[in-house]
Amino acid sequence: MTDFQHRQSAHCESGVMANMLTHAGLSMSEPMAFGLGSGLAFAYLPIVKLAGLPLIAYRMPPRHIIKTLSKRLGARLTTATYGSPERGRQALDAALDAGRLTGMQTSVFWLPYIPEQMRFHFNAHNLLAYGRDGDDYLLSDPVLEEAVRCPAESLQKARFAKGALAPKGLLYWVDDVPLEHDWETLVRKSILSTTRIIDSAPLPWIGIRGIQHLAAQVRKLDPANVKYNRLYLTHIVRMQEEIGTGGAGFRFMYASFLEEAGALIGAEALREASQKLTLIGDDWRQFALACVRWCRSKEDRGGFLEVAAILERIALAERALLKDLSLWSKGKR
Amino acid sequence: MKIDEVPQDHSSTYGGHCKLVYAVDDSGHYLTAQSDGWDAEAFATQLAVAELEAQEQAALAQWRAGQASPLRCLMYRYRLDELGLSQATGLWQWRIRRHFRPDVYRRLPTKILSRYAEAFGLDVAELVRYQQEPA
Repeated sequence: MTDFQHRQSAHCESGVMANMLTHAGLSMSEPMAFGLGSGLAFAYLPIVKLAGLPLIAYRMPPRHIIKTLSKRLGARLTTATYGSPERGRQALDAALDAGRLTGMQTSVFWLPYIPEQMRFHFNAHNLLAYGRDGDDYLLSDPVLEEAVRCPAESLQKARFAKGALAPKGLLYWVDDVPLEHDWETLVRKSILSTTRIIDSAPLPWIGIRGIQHLAAQVRKLDPANVKYNRLYLTHIVRMQEEIGTGGAGFRFMYASFLEEAGALIGAEALREASQKLTLIGDDWRQFALACVRWCRSKEDRGGFLEVAAILERIALAERALLKDLSLWSKGKR
Repeated sequence: MKIDEVPQDHSSTYGGHCKLVYAVDDSGHYLTAQSDGWDAEAFATQLAVAELEAQEQAALAQWRAGQASPLRCLMYRYRLDELGLSQATGLWQWRIRRHFRPDVYRRLPTKILSRYAEAFGLDVAELVRYQQEPA
């Protein structure tokens, strides 16, 4: 497979889908894959613990973009997981020998080309394999600048890592994707779905209510408990910025989708929405800065009212924007 | 975020790599840009790594003093906690905590040790050797 073009992305799953669809003939940018796959979200999950701290996600759970996007586009995807690592390895080799661009889910920790300090046990990373050379696999990891080589043994360990969100050797590839689409309907449908996920979820930890819940948790922190606060606040920042492009990054990517989709179907409302979302993304970055500022300051740390206030402002701004988008997607604006 | 505000803080946590980010030009149109680091993010990453390293050092001292088995130290070294180690090995957490006792560890069969070895990406012979000799 010599004609495959690696393209760096901000997020693994949307990047893999964009590169895979483009390779299959349907040219697609990463923001479009993210937006049409309704990837944007917010969730504060106190039950799922990472190093004893709650999981905070700024996007839909792993595999959501893959499933939703391929369904909306009517693409036929082959997906398979493997009970036996050996069978999983054979299946990957067979797919590559057949010239297939193969997507897979892996752990981050066992990939030797990921910078040491970024290697944590996160099992829902996505990347593409486009060939084999001796004992190395030729990989296109969407978050890296260039395509990389990875020893077979490391990749095997990464594909069959155990634990939360275990990849079980998941492989997927595009069999067939229609090239003609009614983009306006698709855009409306995917935006409506995102507004429903973020603004109308019945649980208090999801979407806007999730952001407000996080604000309440931050406000409740005891300023005297410095060690815990430092871990908790930097944990939020890491979940936001480091683990898969993060909160602000996803907002900017979705804003880029709104701009591109608006231009594609000639909808001025989406361009306005894109600009508003850019400002919200900037607020998310301010929030991260405020968290780090608190952790860094040596004295006079003060309380958390200001930090929580940024979050509350974000929640209201996102709600207003989603209301507009919801009306637009139903054709009422 | 404006394209000229994209942070370029040369963070060591990026290991010389760049991330792709989406940012707007002066007229509000989206472009892609590369960022080679952001201090705020690097601070958070380094704090988390430092916390794990401190836990590893404390566990190493206990192992050397014969107060704990090597498993605790290795758990932190490979960036796991008890929950993560339990998921990676398929052993109950209370069993893992029991295996942290040096006397229990010395009697563990190779079959159990090999599950730990796989979770850490180590050769099981190494864990067997630690049964006889200290760190």
